[in-house]
Amino acid sequence: MINGLNDLIDIQKKRLPDINARREKPGDAAGWQVLVCTGTGCTSSASHQVREELAKQVQLKKVQARVIKTGCFGFCKMGPLVVIYPGQTLYCLVKKEDVAEIVEKHLLEGQVVERLLYEEPASGERKRRLSDIQFFRAQYRVALRNCGLINPEDITEYIACEGYFALADVLLNWTPAQVVDAIKQSGLRGRGGAGFPTGRKWELAAVAEGPVKYVVCNADEGDPGAFMDRSILEGDPHSVLEAMAIAGYAIGAREGYIYVRAEYPIAVDRLERAIAQARQYGLLGRRIFNTNFDFDIDLRLGAGAFVCGEETALLRSAVGERGEPRPRPPYPAQCGLWGKPTLLNNVETYANVPVIIREGPAWFASLGTENSRGTKVFSLAGKVLNTGLIEVPMGTTLRTVVFDIGGGIPEGRQFKAVQTGGPSGGCIPERYLDTPIDYESLKQLGSMMGSGGMIVLDETDCIVDIAKFYLQFSQDESCGQCTPCRVGTKRMLEILERITLGQGQMGDLNELEELSREVMDASLCGLGQTAPNPVLSTLKYFRDEYEAHIRDKRCPAGVCRALLDYVIDEEKCVACGLCARECVAKAIIGEKKGQPYFIDRQKCLKCGACLARCPKGAIYTA
Amino acid sequence: MAGGEKELDEKYRQLDEVIERYGHQEGQLIRILKEAQDIFGYLPEEVQTYIAGKLDMPVSEVNGVVTFYALFHTEPRGKYGISVCMGTACYVQGAQGILDEFRRQLDLHEGDTSADGLFTVKSTRCVGACGLAPVLTVEDEVYGKFRRQDVAKLLRKYRRREVIAGDQRAERPDRYPEETAPGH
Repeated sequence: MINGLNDLIDIQKKRLPDINARREKPGDAAGWQVLVCTGTGCTSSASHQVREELAKQVQLKKVQARVIKTGCFGFCKMGPLVVIYPGQTLYCLVKKEDVAEIVEKHLLEGQVVERLLYEEPASGERKRRLSDIQFFRAQYRVALRNCGLINPEDITEYIACEGYFALADVLLNWTPAQVVDAIKQSGLRGRGGAGFPTGRKWELAAVAEGPVKYVVCNADEGDPGAFMDRSILEGDPHSVLEAMAIAGYAIGAREGYIYVRAEYPIAVDRLERAIAQARQYGLLGRRIFNTNFDFDIDLRLGAGAFVCGEETALLRSAVGERGEPRPRPPYPAQCGLWGKPTLLNNVETYANVPVIIREGPAWFASLGTENSRGTKVFSLAGKVLNTGLIEVPMGTTLRTVVFDIGGGIPEGRQFKAVQTGGPSGGCIPERYLDTPIDYESLKQLGSMMGSGGMIVLDETDCIVDIAKFYLQFSQDESCGQCTPCRVGTKRMLEILERITLGQGQMGDLNELEELSREVMDASLCGLGQTAPNPVLSTLKYFRDEYEAHIRDKRCPAGVCRALLDYVIDEEKCVACGLCARECVAKAIIGEKKGQPYFIDRQKCLKCGACLARCPKGAIYTA
Repeated sequence: MAGGEKELDEKYRQLDEVIERYGHQEGQLIRILKEAQDIFGYLPEEVQTYIAGKLDMPVSEVNGVVTFYALFHTEPRGKYGISVCMGTACYVQGAQGILDEFRRQLDLHEGDTSADGLFTVKSTRCVGACGLAPVLTVEDEVYGKFRRQDVAKLLRKYRRREVIAGDQRAERPDRYPEETAPGH
């Protein structure tokens, strides 16, 4: 039970050597610390088997080592990941079968298992230390500071990293107004997408009248291709709890709710554990740090509706209703949960708060650009070598993210565009790659920051198909309340479908633009207002690709199946038969080692499996 | 069938427990529905009516919530739920083709469940394992870097499991997937 700052300091002192050893600061932590990522990415590739095997062998061979669960390191492409301290050795793609060698060679003999080290694709050099790897070097971690460093299921590890010190400081030494002021001065803006100044939001909630107020955390990450909030919840849940308590103090609330997707079982599980531990330590509940401040947090499950990312919809869903948005004003700060003043921020926004308090608003404001302070977490995915979770200062260029951190496009293919902001964003072509990323610059390019999804597209991605994909998503997820969104996106989708089927007309493009403007202007909430962005931005930068579909009945990227024929180049075909084996439709005819094979156009499903399989590059689309 | 009734009674007893735990808290309808779905496998009309009665709410309100969210379904599902991730990263790596292939091989024209009641195939929102794209899940097991060509193999694997296990379902941990994805 923590009653005051001294209790916190005691725990920190006890646990600090372990953390210092991981931070490579002088300390006297004894033995090896073996960190295994237990984020969703690594868990999906069976990191728990690796962890269990490690624990087993360490015990069996009586090695002085501790196996520790951590959250996401970010380097998801290379998972399951294991990092060993001291030495910060990163092992990639670790399988259960590799464990014996790691224990034997590394933990017993103190040697490095070379073959499991990361190989820098550009130089072919094997990098031993995590911080030497290009992927990590250009990053700067604020919101992700503890992800991959601490065990998210152990509150004392969070405390060792100065966790709950900000809360203690605020409760013991600050007035609520000072807290709001600090957040304002930091220049922090909402990381959920719209980028509304966070301090201003806190101020509005603080001045709202009423004896009962609420603090809510939006952890309903619905963007396809975005997983930063989930990773923070999985890797550092206490940072969100601490920030919500600070927010509660600042605005005068005693209750908080985290609205989290039911589809994130690990995140829900870690949050439940974290809340229970915080209560047990007296960091949530009554009279926190022996002050008059009471604060507690509960979970509310989201059940899969993208529109619930919209704040008014989220608040309805959080009380168990249909998540339909309503017009604003009144804003949640005046009328939110159960009609009471409510402060609503997203996970990443909250994760920044304790650091801002600890390091000071000026420090935070010194990061980033004039209008977008601090750092931003992106989930980098798609056609990029190093997919994963990254955090960079605002103002970092897209090129740095895609090519330095991301390592560029795999298989020697050409970069086509980077899609930011998910269904509310747009595609940015190569000529703008040197744009510094911040809220305004992305908006100027017709895209958006959004929550931070970043999908890299290469020459094999059809831009019309991508626009269709996002619009299909928005259409599916429209709550249906307002006609422009419900019907407008439907009509737009029909046009896009026609184009990908080769039945488009040139007039369709103007109609798409017109409809886009109408849907944007007339929709009730953010979902409809931004749904046309993927269409407009692709029309702006890749109009020729739309025209190729309509005029030439051709899909330059080779994606839209109705417009493709798969053909075998007789000159190149060596009649190996691999394509025929791959073909599920039995459409490829030929005899092994005989004449070149050919594809029966009637039977061909146009799945492209043969093309991917052909070792000679003899199959092409026409 | 007496055994079936007994089983059903047991399910309602579990549901009562859930309602007991969350029913008195304000705004926990979604939680209750989710747990109910975990118990019954889906949310048939009777269960919705039962919950509405217990919570003293109009059935229409409960049904309005059930139909609004993607998580809930009102039809029975196959024994193995296959969810193909349709996040952008998976989509650009060919998730649509994988979904189409499942539908073709299982002959799913209308509805998502195979005729033998074994498989339910649908697309799902982003799983968030974009580094493994394209990803699909079969119940709690995650398969990353999946290829269209792996579809037949996957279906065979689960069909074989049925033959071996008979009526007994293989034991599996609650939350964490057990098997390595193919292609690893």
